[in-house]
Parts: sequence; structure tokens; C-alpha cells
Amino acid sequence: MIELRHVSKVFPTADGELRALNDINLTIGDGDVFGIVGMSGAGKSTLVRCINLLERPTQGQVVIDGKDLCALPEKELILQRRAIAMIFQQFNLLMQRTCLKNICFPMEIAGVKPTEAKKRALEYLGIVGLPDKADAYPAQLSGGQKQRVAIARALASDPKILLCDEATSALDPKTTRDILRLIQDINRRLGITVVVITHEMAVVEEICSHVAILDHGVLQETGTVEEVFSSPKTEAGRRLVYPDGVVIDQLPAANVIRIAFNGGSSYEPLIASLAIDCGVKANILGADTRNVNGQAFGTMLLGLPDDPDQIARAMNYIKNQPNVTVEEVRDYHG
Amino acid sequence: MDEFFGTLFGSTPVSQQLGYLQAALLENIWETLYSTALATFFSYVIGLPLGIILVAGEKNGIRPLPRPLMSVLNFVINILRSVPFLILMIVVMPLSRLILGTSIGTEATIIPLTIAAFPFVARLVEGSLRETDAGVIEAAHAMGCTPFQIVRKVMLPEALPSLVTGFTTAAITILSYGAMSAAIGGGGLGSLSIVNGYQRRMYLILYVTVILLVILVQIIQSVGTWAANRLDHRGGKSRKTRLRVRFNDPIHLEIGPDEQDGDGEKHRSEKGGFQ
Ligand SMILES: Nc1ncnc2c1ncn2[C@@H]1O[C@H](COP(=O)(O)OP(=O)(O)OP(=O)(O)O)[C@@H](O)[C@H]1O
Ligand SMILES: [Mg+2]
Repeated sequence: MIELRHVSKVFPTADGELRALNDINLTIGDGDVFGIVGMSGAGKSTLVRCINLLERPTQGQVVIDGKDLCALPEKELILQRRAIAMIFQQFNLLMQRTCLKNICFPMEIAGVKPTEAKKRALEYLGIVGLPDKADAYPAQLSGGQKQRVAIARALASDPKILLCDEATSALDPKTTRDILRLIQDINRRLGITVVVITHEMAVVEEICSHVAILDHGVLQETGTVEEVFSSPKTEAGRRLVYPDGVVIDQLPAANVIRIAFNGGSSYEPLIASLAIDCGVKANILGADTRNVNGQAFGTMLLGLPDDPDQIARAMNYIKNQPNVTVEEVRDYHG
Repeated sequence: MDEFFGTLFGSTPVSQQLGYLQAALLENIWETLYSTALATFFSYVIGLPLGIILVAGEKNGIRPLPRPLMSVLNFVINILRSVPFLILMIVVMPLSRLILGTSIGTEATIIPLTIAAFPFVARLVEGSLRETDAGVIEAAHAMGCTPFQIVRKVMLPEALPSLVTGFTTAAITILSYGAMSAAIGGGGLGSLSIVNGYQRRMYLILYVTVILLVILVQIIQSVGTWAANRLDHRGGKSRKTRLRVRFNDPIHLEIGPDEQDGDGEKHRSEKGGFQ
């Protein structure tokens, strides 16, 4: 389990202090695939680098399996780091080593016997689907293949935690999906806790079980992907989940309700049955739903006729649907 | 006809010069090679660790060292690099006497050569190590490498082609400065060309020794370039060795060759030479 307790990070810069992280409290459970999303400059990289103390928090504690890393002496910390693997946007492979030797690297560092290391490295190459690239140098690989080698290298240290900092941001969509699939597979097969840093919600949808939203160094909200995606509670959350979605301020003053789908069917049948079963003709003002792990999530804004009776019937009907919540929208300005 | 050969090859009869060459050439080639090799070796024994310290010990390095220490180190290296080689040779004479028991002769040139070259080597190494991708070093940190492991297993191997290129430059520079060792009675092709060829006007000897020096430099450079390319797996663009030797490189005798290097390519003048 990874616990960040009141973690703050302040960078001294030429024009004063820069508070990159502000009192972050976060718990990441074993076996989770935990997404941390935020706009560029939100502090995501800083946050993930605090987990293995590449960046030392200015304040707060980083507790992994009950051990406060910040309190450890340097030697001990180096040992702890070996259980926390990391992959990067730019892959960061050793260009002067073959793929096999790259994968051997963490084992070499940890003092595993060369023959044993080589044997295991070949296994990991197999796991990431590049059994024939053992003797190739990174310069001879495509981006996706490089990231696979980097993942194999990460696995070679037999980690409990895998940190991915924008691991797919340099890859095309198809390769991104393949790499994410691989990470997910590793998470499921080996039970490794995965922390995924990204600015792409699609990545979170694809593999994450939990997500935290970071904005200007502040943790805005956190929860399961289902919770956060179906009804983001904060402005930063809404901005990320619906980048070009519903802008409430511009809606006309009417009887507007917001329906949140938490993983049921899509919205068309609901609107149809609303008309047929209740005789209420709803006006779709805006909608942003998406498919997450095969379930529908998102919100929709409906404008209802100016009739209290119909409104009551509609609200009642929707409330009785499974996986749907409804609320009246009062925070719009006419 | 005799007149012509007289001006071309000097007043000493050609046959006498040939006889002299036959007797002295092999020994002088050997002296050049072994003084260059030893001075290069010792320059790296001192310069390589210093170069590593210059990179690793700086403020954002992998093992920051106290600022005053780094300042002193930089200062000393700069001072040594700015003392003209001829003066350094004379200044170092007492030291040579202390270490070797003699302050003149071929052996004695190795000490001033080393002292002049190690700061240059330290800068060359520094330059090569700075090329290491910061991301790779970060990855090494994340994998739990100690600073020593990062130097040994990441920085040095990743910079190897560049280090080899630098080594070639250092060896050639040391070879060319070894030519000045005639000033303190050192042997070698340089002194053969200066003392016998130039000063005694046996121009045939001058030509032969200079041509041999040029050939030596070409060989060192070719082998160095070949090795650097061979060792380079980083792929693609721009990484290939770009150092080229200019024809007159090994036989500069003037003090402060940097001034004469106006035609040098940019990277050459940056790296300069030791003086
Ligand atoms: N070493 C540093 N020194 C000073 N400021 C820094 C340093 N590292 C990061 N910052 C600042 O901290 C803030 C957060 O940076 P960080 O790299 O964590 O953002 P990010 O969310 O990862 O952004 P991106 O999506 O662009 O990678 C930025 O304003 C950045 O300029
Ligand atoms: Mg980042």
C-alpha cells in the first residue's frame, strides 16, 4: 500500500518559491491500477517522483507498506527503490546495451548472478512479446518496442509497484493500446500495483481502477474511475472528464436536470421510455457519455417541460432506473 | 643539380643524412611512441577520475561535493591549462628530478607532458560524460543505483564512443607536444626533426621525421575513429566522430598554438589543446 500523507513539494526558483504539490493525501491500495491525471504542469510528474523519492517532498510522509521512505537513510532507501520500478515517456533505455543487457541491468545492480539474470531476462523478453530482440540495441527498435523493453526491465527488479510517467505519450494510438493492455496484463497476472500518470483520460478509461485528479498541485478528487467519471465533483474534474463537454453557464434558464449514468445502458432507451411511459417530452441540452470497460458513464442535461406534474413524474421515473442518478440543476445562470 | 639538392636537403650530403637516419630513426620512433603512450596513460590515470568528479560532484550531479572543493578543482585545472607547455616543462624539472632522479631525457618529458595533459583530459572526459542523457541517469536512480554504480555502469559505458574520441584527441595532442621535449633533451621524432633536421640543417631528416609524425597521427586518428564508431550503438544522426586532424597539428613548436588555430573547426577550438 502506498500512502502519501500531507505531501508538499516546494521548488525554489528565480522568482520565488513554486509550490508544485500542496498537502497531498492519497492512498493507493495493493493491486490497484491507479491513474493520476491533470493538466500539463499540474504536478503529476513531481507527485510520482515523490513516491520513489527521486524528488524528496519538502513536507509530509511517503509511506510504503508501513515504512516511511523519507525517514530512511540513503542506503536503505536505495534498497527500497529496487522494489519500485518506473517507466518513462522517453523510455530511458541504456543505448549502449543490448535489450537483454538492459533487462539484466537492475538484476546486475541487485547482485543477481549473471547466468541467472540472463535466464530471467529472456523470460521477461518473452512476457513483453519481444523474444527475438535479445541482441538488438535500443536504437534499432521502434518506440513501442522500446517501451516493451523498458517494461521488461521494470519487471526484472521483481517490483511490488510500477510507476508509469506518461509511458504512452510518445506512442501512436494503436501502440498505446497495446502497451496499456500489456501493463494491465502484468497488473492482473503478477498483482503489481500500477500508478499511471497521464494527461489523457482515454488512458485512465482503458486500464485504471482508481483515479485522482490533480490541479495546480492540489489533489481535487479521488475515487474509483466509475465514481469520478460519472459525476466529477470538482471543476477541475469536470474539465478533465468533459474537456469539450457541457458548459452549464450557457444553458437557457429552464427546468434542467442532470442525469448521471453509472454504468448501465446508454441513454437513448431512457429518453424514449420517458416519452412513452410517462408522456414527458424531454429536451436533450447536452450530453457527454463514454464507454468505460463496456459500461456507459457520463452525464446528460435534460430540459423538462414547464409543468411541475410532468417534472415530478420524470424525476420519479428516472430515480427508479438502475445505475442512474438524477439531480436538479440550479447552478446555471440565465 | 647539386646546387638544387643542396637547398632542398641542406648542406650535409644526402648519403650522410641517410646513414644518420638509419642509425637513429627506429630508436626515435620508439621513444616517441612510448613517451606518448606513457604520458597519455598517466594523464588518464589522473584526468579520468577528475573528469568524473567534475560532472558527478557539481550542484545537480549524482553525488554533489562541497562547492569550495569544486571551485578549487576548476581553478587548478584552468591554471594548469593556461601555462604554456615550454614554461611548464622548465618549472616541472625539479619535480622530475625528485621522481625520476633526472630532469632531462625522454623519461623526464613524461612528467611535464602528464602534468600538462591531465587537466586537458579531465575537461575532455567532463565533456563526454555531460552528454549522458539525464533521463537515463534518472532511470538508474529509480532502479536503486548507488552513485558509484551510476558512474561505472551508466555514465562511462554510455559515453564510451565519445570518451574514445576524446582519448584519440588527447593522444595526438600529447604526441605533438612531445615534439617540444627537445628543449629538455628528450628524444623522439620531434627532437630528431628539430635538433638534427632543422638546427643542423639536415633537411632530409626534417622531411622524413615530419612525414613519419604525420603518418603516426593519421594512424592514431584512424584507429580512434574506427574504434569510436565501432563502439557506438546509439544509432542515427550526428553521433559519429567528427574530429579531424589538420596537417600541421603534430609539429607545432610555437607556444600557444590556440592562436594559430584560427582555421580550426569550432569544436576543435573549443577543446583547444593544452599549452
Ligand atoms: N526541478 C524543478 N525545479 C523547479 N520547478 C520545477 C521542477 N520540477 C518541476 N517544477 C515545476 O513544478 C510544476 C509541476 O511540474 P510537473 O513536471 O510535476 O508537471 P506535470 O504535471 O508532470 O506536467 P506535464 O504533463 O507537462 O509533464 C511545474 O510548474 C514545473 O515547472
Ligand atoms: Mg510530467
